[in-house]
Amino acid sequence: MKYTLEMVVLAVGAFLALVGAGFAQDRAFGAHMWVLFFVLLGSTLVLMRRINFQPVAAGSAAPQSEYFDEVVRYGVIATMFWGVVGFLVGVFVALQLAFPDLNFEPWFNFGRVRPLHTSAVIFAFGGNALIATSFYVVQRTSRARLFGGDRLGWFVFWGYQLFIVLAATGYLLGITQSREYAEPEWYVDLWLTIVWVAYLVAFLGTIMVRKEPHIYVANWFYLAFIITIAMLHVVNNLAVPVSFLGSKSYSAFSGVQDALTQWWYGHNAVGFLLTAGFLGMMYYFIPKQANRPVYSYRLSIIHFWALIFMYIWAGPHHLHYTALPDWAQTLGMVFSIMLLMPSWGGMINGLMTLSGAWDKIRTDPIVRMMVMAVAFYGMATFEGPMMSIKTVNSLSHYTDWTIGHVHSGALGWNGMITFGAIYHLVPKLWNRERLYSVRMVNWHFWLATLGIVIYAAVMWVAGIQQGLMWREYDDQGFLVYSFAETVAAMFPYYVMRAIGGSLFLAGGVLMAFNVTMTILGRVRDEAPILGAAPLPAAAE
Amino acid sequence: MADKNKHVDEISGVETTGHEWDGIRELNNPMPRWWVYTFYATIIWAIGYAIAYPSIPLVREATKGVLGFSSRAEVAVELANAKAAQAGQLEKIASSSLQEIIADPQLQQFAVAAGESAFKVNCAQCHGSGAAGSKGFPNLNDDDWIWGGSPDEIYQTIAHGIRYAGDDETRVSEMPAFGDMLTTDEMRQTAAYVVSLTGTPSAPELVDKGKQLFADNCASCHGVDAKGNREMGAPNLADAIWLTGEGEQAVINQMKAPKHGVMPAWLPRLGDETVKQLTVFVHSLGGGE
Repeated sequence: MKYTLEMVVLAVGAFLALVGAGFAQDRAFGAHMWVLFFVLLGSTLVLMRRINFQPVAAGSAAPQSEYFDEVVRYGVIATMFWGVVGFLVGVFVALQLAFPDLNFEPWFNFGRVRPLHTSAVIFAFGGNALIATSFYVVQRTSRARLFGGDRLGWFVFWGYQLFIVLAATGYLLGITQSREYAEPEWYVDLWLTIVWVAYLVAFLGTIMVRKEPHIYVANWFYLAFIITIAMLHVVNNLAVPVSFLGSKSYSAFSGVQDALTQWWYGHNAVGFLLTAGFLGMMYYFIPKQANRPVYSYRLSIIHFWALIFMYIWAGPHHLHYTALPDWAQTLGMVFSIMLLMPSWGGMINGLMTLSGAWDKIRTDPIVRMMVMAVAFYGMATFEGPMMSIKTVNSLSHYTDWTIGHVHSGALGWNGMITFGAIYHLVPKLWNRERLYSVRMVNWHFWLATLGIVIYAAVMWVAGIQQGLMWREYDDQGFLVYSFAETVAAMFPYYVMRAIGGSLFLAGGVLMAFNVTMTILGRVRDEAPILGAAPLPAAAE
Repeated sequence: MADKNKHVDEISGVETTGHEWDGIRELNNPMPRWWVYTFYATIIWAIGYAIAYPSIPLVREATKGVLGFSSRAEVAVELANAKAAQAGQLEKIASSSLQEIIADPQLQQFAVAAGESAFKVNCAQCHGSGAAGSKGFPNLNDDDWIWGGSPDEIYQTIAHGIRYAGDDETRVSEMPAFGDMLTTDEMRQTAAYVVSLTGTPSAPELVDKGKQLFADNCASCHGVDAKGNREMGAPNLADAIWLTGEGEQAVINQMKAPKHGVMPAWLPRLGDETVKQLTVFVHSLGGGE
């Protein structure tokens, strides 16, 4: 009988969730426990259906390949699924801002759906992409099977999906601790902590048992990401629950200390999850796809240490001109400025790795996607330090410029590099000769690029206009615009933003289709990209 | 690890570090000079900035920086400058009556600008940023005043509010609910009469009956000619301006279960000068008397 332990654990978990639902101190917690109960019960039933009652034949253990890739395959599918969900919710919240009638009380209010969007794209899409690629990369660059046995890998994957489901349903039920990018309440945070420690054990363990003498640069970045996120998550979520069967807790910090802790977390979630983690992805997949060596080992080592040393201090720039003491604002700003070159080190290494293979930008849409990702990375990491300068920040802060900045980084850098990695991975993981359609990758590239450019450009204009309207004084020293007037002025930009987001979503749907067909083993009969090597013929 | 002999990348002719991971090698290129120097420049700039501005936390307080900057002092200076620029005007407004302010073109212009600014922050939520109101919230651009449109009356309304529980001098009026006193037919007849006053066609037989019902039930507050009574805050029904909606059904609804708006008293929150400025602004919108 396989899965005995798993089934027992799941069934006990389901029972405890039921107890939690029965004795819940508040309705939201009760509803949340019901969700957990049904998820765990369903998982138990799925495992039961897979029980094999045949006697175990001697020596019949399934032949194991060198690497544990099944969890990576699941991870790629989860990444794609959550990506499309996250983009869809993003388009929905963008439309809500333009057309407030789309706020459906109470579950689909902007206030509940917006964290659903941010968590879905950052943690569900980005997090799954990082877990899946890090498992793939660390095994290959260490020449070792994933540490801790398959059970640990599966626990990380499914445990993380459970975290996502609990976080997402919690938001819609109105459960939140109101910390940006850290909205889940204390019990979901505790669960994520357990999963994350398991992730760290699996990843670090694999590095420890590696058969290569040196640790590859991608793994430095992945490891920095895993360790720092663990630290940020634990400290930022320190809180005292009101009841052990209730959904409310109070932060361990108060006042400006609380705000600074939150932005130390929030900024470094960007710095270590969306930057360091994805740089790890870049350092493996760009050399692989371009089939070229990394440009400079020395640059990689210097920019790695400079990046992780500088980034952690830059959080206070989110609190310019607030109650935060001036000295902390100064430090947040100067560290942000010093961060520019360490960030750009990754861009230089990524782009220059293509030297000797520049023609691939023309012939290989996957390389083109990765290059666009690095280009957006460079742009966003230039814009960030610039916006951290207090004078610029006094205009840009609280406006849609910030939203545009985040999205040029998130859609351009994180999205594009993940798409490139998935397109690289899928034929390898499912042992296909090539993707279902390379031309669709090209289409995806242009849809996504156009979407990002529209999005970012519109938000620049919107944000600067908003900032200027807020601070506009007449010649007698009175404010010219009411807040409502500045909101009304944003309408056309919000509509255009939704259009840009829809294009990006369309690209994501196209990718999901292309990848699904590839997994199913289909090959589209199509002409090769101009100038590219001829494609392998269709299977029929 | 690869061999001890140096491995050279064929395409670029650059030596690699000799390691290989899953087919990936690393070139032993130096760091780009411009990158290194720009990095140094940002560090030097950061040190300079940290010396110039408050930066290093010490035991009791942080270093103040050689420029002596503090964001609180900066705000204080900006506020002082703004106050200084308006100084003479604000004092004049404080010491002048509303009539005096309106009579002095320069002061009136200043008060309108100040009042508009205060209006957009405090009043636009209900009355709209163009003061055009909406259903249940009066339009302030027209000359239809429920409580009076002279400067003193407007001041009284803004200062003490309407049906505002926290103010003893607040304006109070209440329309009785006629749902219990009149039959549905009688209410329809009354409503038909009321809308006919503004030239809206209605069934003549209803209007005739409604006229009598109006005289019996409504005229005591709204007046025999239905032109309202400002003493009691009873709106004028003979014009085509409707507070709670247009048409017979809206009138019936208001008779059956009347809605009464509430406006806060602003004097305690904003002070006499700002309420005066708001008064002059509202008075200037077009309907001032």
